[in-house]
Amino acid sequence: MDFTDDQLQRYSRHIILPEVGGKGQAKIAAAKVIIVGAGGLGCPVGYYLTAAGVGTIALIDNDIVEMSNLQRQIAHNVHTIGMPKVESAQKTFTALNPDVRIVPLRVRISKENILNLIKDYDIVVDGSDNFPTRYLVNDACVMARKPLVSGAILRFEGQLTTIIPGEGHCYRCLFEEPPPPGLVPSCQEAGVLGVLPGVIGGLQATEVLKLILGKGETLKGELLMYNALNTSFRKVKVPRNPLCPVCGDSPTITELADYNEGYCTLS
Amino acid sequence: MDCISADKKINIKGLVCPYTFVKAKLAIESMEIGQVLEILLDYEEASRSIPKSMEDHGQKVLLIKKINDSDWVLFIRKDTD
Repeated sequence: MDFTDDQLQRYSRHIILPEVGGKGQAKIAAAKVIIVGAGGLGCPVGYYLTAAGVGTIALIDNDIVEMSNLQRQIAHNVHTIGMPKVESAQKTFTALNPDVRIVPLRVRISKENILNLIKDYDIVVDGSDNFPTRYLVNDACVMARKPLVSGAILRFEGQLTTIIPGEGHCYRCLFEEPPPPGLVPSCQEAGVLGVLPGVIGGLQATEVLKLILGKGETLKGELLMYNALNTSFRKVKVPRNPLCPVCGDSPTITELADYNEGYCTLS
Repeated sequence: MDCISADKKINIKGLVCPYTFVKAKLAIESMEIGQVLEILLDYEEASRSIPKSMEDHGQKVLLIKKINDSDWVLFIRKDTD
């Protein structure tokens, strides 16, 4: 890859890293990442991947920006209230790095569209805020064999894991079924510390870059949990479950389903 | 000293850190193992930092030479991909 003078300056701190170099930066520039959700997690993930120079970043979100988002969703601002989140984030990211192609997808993700949406991308990032989407994204990534960096946040706690279908666990190996509606409160009901998605989203973006570069160890086969109140990280091993209904030896889930029944679909 | 022959030469006079090393590193990346890169520079700090960084990255520094009041020349052999 031939870098322009601007690119040499912009990516200089990457290029001088032995693990990145010009070749690694070229891999980053060639990568295509799709982010589910342009909210608390999607904003920092997209922001840092844009800064890193990821070639193409697609954002999926059907919501519009509201004042209550601004405490944590750092790609949006008072001037973009009322605008679709994907367009608001596109404006912010493009202002940071016009080299990056941002693809705004203002759709509600469903079993009908998800496989088509992710098929042209190398890596999927889940920054959604609800269980139906989380399970749908997991199942679709297993079926399409797409690497998935999944993150979640609530109150003062966050968690993330990296799923490489065929090589390790999937989200259903961890938690086989979504919890019953109402059992786990949403951010809207329970609150979330505004900086928490920045921590978890930053970790998700780091996982994505390591996957692109093929360097270091990812959270494949592990779940990382962060507690912001005690400032503690905990990492647990997550083996693949041979009886997993979607990635196990004899999967019982072979077609995608929507799990919206009984769930509040407001975000 | 003059018997070292370079496979590639770059002139990074006028550049300061970190761009001195960025240019040198990109040049080394584009070469084959065993080939020698000759670097002409006029930023004194880089005459120390480039050799150190190149060694850290697994390359071999063959020669560091001040050739006049303002310029240095470095010969680096690529030992690591």
